[in-house]
Amino acid sequence: MKFGIIVFPGSNCDIDCYHVLKEVLNQETEYVWHDTEDIEDFDCIVLPGGFSYGDYLRCGAVAQFSKVMDSIKVHAAKGKPVIGICNGFQILTEAGLLPGALVRNANLKFICDIAALKIENTETPVTNCYEAGEIIHIPIAHGEGNYVVDEDTLEDMKAHGQILFTYVNNPNGSIVDIAGVCNKEKNIIGLMPHPERASEALLGNTDGLKFFQSIIHHLEEGFSNGK
Amino acid sequence: MENNYKAVGLTQKEYEKIVAVMGREPNELELNMYGVMWSEHCSYKHSRALFKHFPTSGEKVLQGPGENAGIVDIGDNLAVAMKIESHNHPSAIEPYQGAATGVGGIIRDIFAMGARPVALLNSLRFGDLENSDRVKFLLDGVVEGIAGYGNCMGIPTVGGEVYFNKSYNGNPLVNAMCVGIIEHDKIHRGNASGVGNSIMYVGAPTGRDGIGGASFASVELTEESEEKRSAVQVGDPFMEKLLLEACLELLQIGCVVGIQDLGAAGLASACCETATRGEGGMEVDVAKVPRRETGMLPVEVMISESQERMLLIVEKGREEEVNKVVEKWGLHSVIIGKVTDDGFLRILEGDQVVGEMPAESLDSSGAPKYYSDYEKPAYIEEVQNFTSGDIEEPKNYKEVLTKLLTSPNIASKEWIYRQYDHMVRTNTVVKPGSDAAVIRVKGTEKGIALTTDCNSRLCYLDPREGSKIAVTEAARNIICSGAKPLAITDGLNFGSPEKPDRFWQFRECVLGISEAARELDTPVISGNVSFYNETDQDAIYPTPIIGMVGVLDDVEKAMTMEFKNEGDVIVLLGHTKDEIGGSEYISRIHDLEKGRIPAINFGLEKKLHSLILEANEKNLLQSAHDLSEGGLGIGVAESCISGKLGAKININTDLRKDVYLFSESQSRFLITVKEKDLKDLKEMLQLREVPYQRIGRVEGQDLEITINEASVICEAVEELEAAWRGALQCIME
Repeated sequence: MKFGIIVFPGSNCDIDCYHVLKEVLNQETEYVWHDTEDIEDFDCIVLPGGFSYGDYLRCGAVAQFSKVMDSIKVHAAKGKPVIGICNGFQILTEAGLLPGALVRNANLKFICDIAALKIENTETPVTNCYEAGEIIHIPIAHGEGNYVVDEDTLEDMKAHGQILFTYVNNPNGSIVDIAGVCNKEKNIIGLMPHPERASEALLGNTDGLKFFQSIIHHLEEGFSNGK
Repeated sequence: MENNYKAVGLTQKEYEKIVAVMGREPNELELNMYGVMWSEHCSYKHSRALFKHFPTSGEKVLQGPGENAGIVDIGDNLAVAMKIESHNHPSAIEPYQGAATGVGGIIRDIFAMGARPVALLNSLRFGDLENSDRVKFLLDGVVEGIAGYGNCMGIPTVGGEVYFNKSYNGNPLVNAMCVGIIEHDKIHRGNASGVGNSIMYVGAPTGRDGIGGASFASVELTEESEEKRSAVQVGDPFMEKLLLEACLELLQIGCVVGIQDLGAAGLASACCETATRGEGGMEVDVAKVPRRETGMLPVEVMISESQERMLLIVEKGREEEVNKVVEKWGLHSVIIGKVTDDGFLRILEGDQVVGEMPAESLDSSGAPKYYSDYEKPAYIEEVQNFTSGDIEEPKNYKEVLTKLLTSPNIASKEWIYRQYDHMVRTNTVVKPGSDAAVIRVKGTEKGIALTTDCNSRLCYLDPREGSKIAVTEAARNIICSGAKPLAITDGLNFGSPEKPDRFWQFRECVLGISEAARELDTPVISGNVSFYNETDQDAIYPTPIIGMVGVLDDVEKAMTMEFKNEGDVIVLLGHTKDEIGGSEYISRIHDLEKGRIPAINFGLEKKLHSLILEANEKNLLQSAHDLSEGGLGIGVAESCISGKLGAKININTDLRKDVYLFSESQSRFLITVKEKDLKDLKEMLQLREVPYQRIGRVEGQDLEITINEASVICEAVEELEAAWRGALQCIME
């Protein structure tokens, strides 16, 4: 299985995602510069966290126009997984690949902390190794992670199991405590928390490891339960 | 013309010296360049003469003071680059941008050495937080500025310290420290070597922002300082991120022979410093410098402090290679001049020479050097006149403990570090809130421990001994994380050096740091001096901030302060004496800032350091915590709170109870050990003749302290935690 990690000029969690996939989980992993057009080689694309273009405008508002985004749309249309973490999630909403938007945290401050999350749906490429209702602890680090979406879309998302992670103690004001979502087809996933920061015992937390193991399991065997 | 020297902050004598060096009167451009280069901020003219006291070398020192940053060996061909720098005056006027650009500047100093910045720390001082909205505004803005810059750069802010004291009411301190990792053979320096090599400019275009920033930093703050807001620069962390990546990539391909950050005094400083360290001369054409606005004069281009710019000295003929890398990162580079060897810094505008000065005369090596007068201030005798008998013993110890836990100096700083991304780069093994932060070095088994320290109240009461305590406390914090202390970067913040009593404080602190650094074998490898930290009211407390780095050969052995297991034995190492002078206890509870400060015994201190490291090596320790502000009482409470465990403490002492609990005697550690390991530990302690006392056990969910058979404190840890954790947030929100 081959992972591609998109690198925008202001990405800064690219190395962290690379480290977990390549060094911790021994997956074939490559960095993909933002003007790359050919990404057919990759089984899974990761849009990492950071400040893609400084994010002085809305987060991700500039990155959505990068060349690689067109290829990502084609990649996603084939049903291949695209994972957006933090800034990656913001880019996916800006690009219209995921519903909703991410606005400033309710307290108007950047928040770096460890958030308790509830697994809401285990039938997805990133949650199939978790138990339904399981509580995991994953770091968050964002200024604009307050998820908003209109009522109708929210009802539709609920009906289709598109809410993947919710906060146990909502840190940022997100509607119905949403921390991570996916599209109807469940191959485009976005979340604000950083599972790559919780994947090694040395860092005190391995709750994020199953996130990546779920993807590997999904790529190897499809949707079946990974436990 | 001679009337203009005052306008650029020079004295008549200094002006005469310039005329003598040049053999003629300087023109306006030249005069302005001397003005900024000979400002205190750039030339260290009042402090340089004392630097000879610092120990600056050692077998592990790869680069001492005088470069963009100091570098110390951590083994396996790897080294740590480190530096601290102040941005006090800008932050007093414009807290967000002042603090943000302070962070930006120190990051550039690190990658200018070729090192990858891996961690940031911040040492902050503010006035009386509980009684001033202005102080709250400053804290809020400074923290947001640091967060805004560091978070965007993707460099974790892993530690630092914040203290509040009314002496900082009008003049806060913002000292930013950056640490980078570098391979020994990849170290770069700011040398303009190789005659004919190109001087290239890369990064943000030059504007009129930050003109005269260095001079602004070299005078006292006054009511009119607000009007100097234009001397404060504006930061663009995204631009800096591009610059960082482009520069590190460039240094890999080997066409860059020298690299220098454009910081204080902008191009003027970068050109003369690199020329002086290199072949001696340089020619630059201001017309080629990219600009943000039209109509800029050559002098404005030369002394602008616009942020996010670097100067590269590039091998002639390889400029295109530079352009290629830089353009990949969306930046532009231009050739603005060349290296010469005639000893002159020549400024051109097109084909016209607009300025010509001996390069070395501008640089700190050519700037005036003053041996300022110093005199022991009268207050010293008066404030030291205090004994513990002067205060009444409190009746309710629970109240005292709670009041101390909610002191902004002791309370949890979570409200602050929650705004800093302290986990990005996935290296942070010990997070903010512990004695020292620990980050791993990927690709090795090593870790590095980082801290900043300075109890300025102690430095005010006794600058010599107080600064020794700052160094030893920093070292103790490093030791508590299981690391061996390696080196110091110091941020020296003082009042006006032109006043003998302030300069006496400075001199005493330099001597104190020097002695302690020598004793503990932690050379001073870089640093910064910030003078004129005073308003028309008064000067700040002398604040020599010690940034220290240590190394762990096995990062898995990183140690922390929290109690770990029910049943562990609590042991206090060192002597507890009647030393409450200058303590947080008498300040917070009795509203007194006086007394003789605790004494330092380096022999005992060193014995304790090696003992802790060896015991940790043998896996005998469960936790280790340095006792500082608030003494044993607060130390135990902090270990309980962070471990979410209670403790039963039982003490017999001849000292008064409050003195025992809150004395800030030095050279003490609070450790816990498993009952089964106690025998081995005791053997080590006795063999090394280390004073120790078994004082209790980790147990239950309450903190219970009994002194001479009488219960003094019994409180649920949960309650203590709520008070400690909520205090700062409660004040700020």
